[in-house]
Amino acid sequence: MKSLLQKKSTRNNLITYGAVIVFYAVFQTLATTGSLKSLYKGLLVPICAYVILAVSLNLTVGILGELSLGHAGFMCIGAYSSVIFSLATHETIKSDFLRFLLALIIGGVCAAIFGIIIGVPILRLSGDYLAIVTLAFGEIIKNICNVLYIGYDSNGFQVGIKDSSVQLAEDGKMILKGAMGASDIPKDSTFTIGIILVLITLFVVFNFVDSRAGRAVMSIRDNRIAAQSTGINITKYKLLAFTISSFFAGIAGTLYAHNYSILTTKKYDYNTSIAILVFVVLGGMGNIRGSIIAALILTVLPEILRGFSEYRMLIYSVVLIAMMIYNSSPKLQGIKEKYSIKRILDAKKRAKALGENEKEAE
Amino acid sequence: MSMALLETKNLGISFGGLKAVSDFNLTIEKGQLYGLIGPNGAGKTTIFNLLTGVYKPTEGMAELDGEVITGKSPVEICKHGVARTFQNIRLFKDLTVLDNVKVGLHNNYKYSLLDGIFRTPKYFKTEKAMNEKALELLKVFDLDNEAQFLAANLPYGKQRKLEIARALATEPKLLLLDEPAAGMNPNETQELMDNIRFIRDEFDMTILLIEHDMRLVSGICEEVTVLNFGQVLAQGETAQVLNDPAVIKAYIGE
Repeated sequence: MKSLLQKKSTRNNLITYGAVIVFYAVFQTLATTGSLKSLYKGLLVPICAYVILAVSLNLTVGILGELSLGHAGFMCIGAYSSVIFSLATHETIKSDFLRFLLALIIGGVCAAIFGIIIGVPILRLSGDYLAIVTLAFGEIIKNICNVLYIGYDSNGFQVGIKDSSVQLAEDGKMILKGAMGASDIPKDSTFTIGIILVLITLFVVFNFVDSRAGRAVMSIRDNRIAAQSTGINITKYKLLAFTISSFFAGIAGTLYAHNYSILTTKKYDYNTSIAILVFVVLGGMGNIRGSIIAALILTVLPEILRGFSEYRMLIYSVVLIAMMIYNSSPKLQGIKEKYSIKRILDAKKRAKALGENEKEAE
Repeated sequence: MSMALLETKNLGISFGGLKAVSDFNLTIEKGQLYGLIGPNGAGKTTIFNLLTGVYKPTEGMAELDGEVITGKSPVEICKHGVARTFQNIRLFKDLTVLDNVKVGLHNNYKYSLLDGIFRTPKYFKTEKAMNEKALELLKVFDLDNEAQFLAANLPYGKQRKLEIARALATEPKLLLLDEPAAGMNPNETQELMDNIRFIRDEFDMTILLIEHDMRLVSGICEEVTVLNFGQVLAQGETAQVLNDPAVIKAYIGE
């Protein structure tokens, strides 16, 4: 019995991996042959970053069942820590690939460490209270990054929160300039690396969910008191899910930041946290594939709608509402069932079989 | 102490000025089927909460197998060997029936987080063993055909049984059942009684149960304790206690 279902969930996961790879193949070909407008070409890496963010936030919101409004904060930590690393080692590490690989690890690990530090106190809360506190932490992180001045010279690193507090020697170089952020970031992110990271994220999240630890996390979501008296360590597993979630947010931040030459905190604020949450909610909480699709559509949509200039956000919101209704209305779900590809294929098969039978009868 | 599995001494708890339970003394021998009865609000579930660490007692103590369990956390007490079900069913409703039981197996079948993510041979071996054990438990309650259903989709009576299966999965020494027959029809109750006896015999289990269905209590419990207003009203052999005029008075009034 179980092996059957295991096959089913594995098959579903394989379909998701496959869809991502097909997506990559199509758009990579389009991009290299030059048939993709540069506007959309520039979106490929951000799409990967947003997909990773949506999938990782789904771990907190859908699997753990806690609302987090500070996901962009962890993305911000990943972006800043990795950019500082990349700029500091720009001259010493010659291999772009190796440097970016290290930057990704540093971005992810820094975000995960902050995930633990912040998670320990705040995961005692739940529901709305947790949402408010995560929102606050996201903003705190953003604002701290916004006033950081970091530079280095032959004597080592200097960190300050004022321009004047960082006094560098002749050979020194500023990395972060407060609200001006960082500039001349090596553009190490590519669509290929982005897709590989998406696949790694999916691999870890899928396998996590379908393991002992994932079951423990979901049991906490479904019934905290029962989980506790069944011997599940609530704090440990909540923190574990939250940390993995922030790790991948850090990875996404790194990927995103290395796609542009300038880094400021503007992109890592409250609005981004909400946007990621919208991906998750619209794609269906706990539904990983849904998050991917929602992240994809909602990242591309505002760009497609650019032609409508001032009506852009109006149409965007209408589409949001339409998607929401489509997802929740039983009537529309019925239509979806009726015209699903699987059903149409089945019907064709049946029609074919019927036709053959008739031929035999003749 | 000879064979006592659970022993409570003057166990009690007050919420503010209200003494919910006081001077609760109970000794349960290994392998016994013990009933805890009393009118609504007598403090029966509170005692379960004290025994499983949900509440910390304000006085007295409880020993399981000679070890003090009062003051420990629910998780620790579960690891010590006390498992329970709930009066209002608390299943992991969005998990499958099988996974509900597998959560119960959590502390007895282990592999690391990395084993799980990278799918090492240990993962497959342990998961296979977990599936077999879980199916074995589900079979006891005739739930093995519903193993892949979501727990929320089970009919009420089966949900109660699944809760017992999940509790058994933690391999407890003492099983606490909080109104296992609530909401069941006479046939289901009869089946449940057979199940409970079977668990006791097959798993060598000691069972303490709260129940309002006197047919079930007199049918399977060897001894009972009657609780009224947080205090022990009567204690002893089931037939005797149930005929005690004081007990009848507490239940039906004069």
